[in-house]
Amino acid sequence: MDLSAINPVILIASLMVAATPILLAAIGELVVEKSGVLNLGVEGMMITGAICGFAAAVETGSPALGFLAAMIGGAALSMIFGLLTQFLMSNQVATGLALTLFGLGLSALIGQGYVGLKPPATDRLDLGPLSDIPVLGRMVFSHDIVIYASLVLVLVVWLFLRHSRAGLILRAVGENHEAAHALGYKVVRIRLMAIAFGGAMAGLGGAYLSLVRVPQWTEGMTSGAGWIALAIVVFASWRAGRVLLGAYLFGGVAVLQLNLQAAGIAVPVELLSASPYLVTILVLVIISADRSRAAVAAPGSLGRVFHASS
Amino acid sequence: MNRRTLLASAALAFGLGMSGTAIAQDKTKVGFVFVGPIGDGGWTYEHNEGRLAVEAHFGDAVETIYQESVPEGADAERVLTQMALSGADLIFTTSFGYMDPTLNVAAKFPNVKFEHATGYKRADNVGTYSARFYEGRAVQGHIAGKLTKSNIVGYIASYPIPEVIRGINAAYIHASKVNPDIQFKVIWAYTWFDPAKEADAATALIEQGADVILQHTDSTAPQAAAEKAGNVYTFGQASDMAEYAPMPRVSSIIDNWAPYYIDRVQAVIDGTWESDDTWDGIGAGMVKIGEITDAVPAEIKAEALALQEAIASGAYHPFTGPLNRQDGTPWLAEGETADDGTLLGMNFYVEGLSGEIPQ
Repeated sequence: MDLSAINPVILIASLMVAATPILLAAIGELVVEKSGVLNLGVEGMMITGAICGFAAAVETGSPALGFLAAMIGGAALSMIFGLLTQFLMSNQVATGLALTLFGLGLSALIGQGYVGLKPPATDRLDLGPLSDIPVLGRMVFSHDIVIYASLVLVLVVWLFLRHSRAGLILRAVGENHEAAHALGYKVVRIRLMAIAFGGAMAGLGGAYLSLVRVPQWTEGMTSGAGWIALAIVVFASWRAGRVLLGAYLFGGVAVLQLNLQAAGIAVPVELLSASPYLVTILVLVIISADRSRAAVAAPGSLGRVFHASS
Repeated sequence: MNRRTLLASAALAFGLGMSGTAIAQDKTKVGFVFVGPIGDGGWTYEHNEGRLAVEAHFGDAVETIYQESVPEGADAERVLTQMALSGADLIFTTSFGYMDPTLNVAAKFPNVKFEHATGYKRADNVGTYSARFYEGRAVQGHIAGKLTKSNIVGYIASYPIPEVIRGINAAYIHASKVNPDIQFKVIWAYTWFDPAKEADAATALIEQGADVILQHTDSTAPQAAAEKAGNVYTFGQASDMAEYAPMPRVSSIIDNWAPYYIDRVQAVIDGTWESDDTWDGIGAGMVKIGEITDAVPAEIKAEALALQEAIASGAYHPFTGPLNRQDGTPWLAEGETADDGTLLGMNFYVEGLSGEIPQ
């Protein structure tokens, strides 16, 4: 065992990279679920974002346009879900699952011509003297803009949901859509906006995978990241701060266990391999252990079909 | 021979089977079950190339069906049952983890033939086939041992099954032969296909000093990670992965399934199919070594090609003694070569490798 081979500075830098796709998708899904909609299509929107972003970045040579295209792609796909569930009142669980399958197929189709290509490099954000701080500079001040954007986003979502009137309305729609409707709020419109936001964030997360974390396009490359994001939202009991914690824990332990394996630590590999799931679930369950509060955490109208006549 | 093929051949013999519909019904249906997407650029991609070769070879006489990204385990059983019910005459299950599902479903459909890749359990209607990938690993190990400057080789392993362990051993034996100071760092990814995880594993190994990365997972993600890191050598796995040549990918092991698939489909059409075990290597053409690029110095390339030639001709066996097991107990005496039984069930490291194999 040679733990000195693990450089904690680089470890933290790479865990931030590993956590970002899940964090983005999860924070998007958080807003969707807070509005009372359960969209299980995160995986499909992520992978669609991954290929839309990859294709746009390769064609234009600009990663920024790639990320933008990914958000548009993810949001566009989520609008199919929005149309089906909000106007045609289809079952949200079934529609979400179908969206995942559709997204996987669609992305494979779009991606036909992009296998084996290399995307333009995403530059790290120049933070001037901050990046030159020893240790800390390499650890947290030498990343690309998406990582910082994702952190700011968590803060914005938290502020929005907790401290803004619009956020209050969104939560009201999620808690009791009939009451919100009676008060004159446009339930369907608000939900559609939330779904689109969720789609855009999932798409952005997917593009982060294909443009930065792996840098390449491979069919099915999200391989379950969307489901992890969904699980994190639940285990984080629908709170933005805990979503951040959950995503960083999962990404962090995932990277850490690979490093521990490479360093040859004397812990059974099976346990190391399962550790990201175990640690994340354990920590989030413990901090959400207060039963009386956990019960109120889930939005009251989550997954229920709404029609203005009812 | 089942009743349908009997009727079909009888109809053909009397020259009555010439109408289009009759021929359509006589088509031999061949199913493929894949563990990853056919666009993975590695393992499943090559199996699908084999499937396409079957289609091209037999034309209208054969219809192929396939299912991608089938999880290993109970789900596979469902997919296999579905395929058998839909009238498949021959089904190729192309991953180790389909072993028990294949046997379970095969027991229920005695008239359907099954071919399971890389497994060791057979039945009257289940044959197995695999390629001697370890022969290619020996060549990789030689090149890796010569190329590394840090003397650390990173190895992204998938599951602790004999096939993967054989690969690690073969690569290590030949790397340490040319470079006694070499050290292998092994990461068990517990997946065949997860690009993000594979890339993370490659990055972790590179950060810990590895400058050669060998992979036994199916995607090209480790190649991309190595390219991003720079000055790291990799090898294509299962497929050529030539899009990453000449650097980081300096060579590759290519699985060439097409001749075998065509052969077995022909056997089913002829009614001569029998359950057997096929295990071919470089000599028979089932394992190919992808072009060694100019990033490898000429003399190392020549040595690697000579090694490949010796293995192909049968003059040299990659597991030739003296070799000890990891704990120091003797395994093969001077000049002795490993028998296939031991290789097929290999569950131990050879001497010199550190770490434990997860059980």
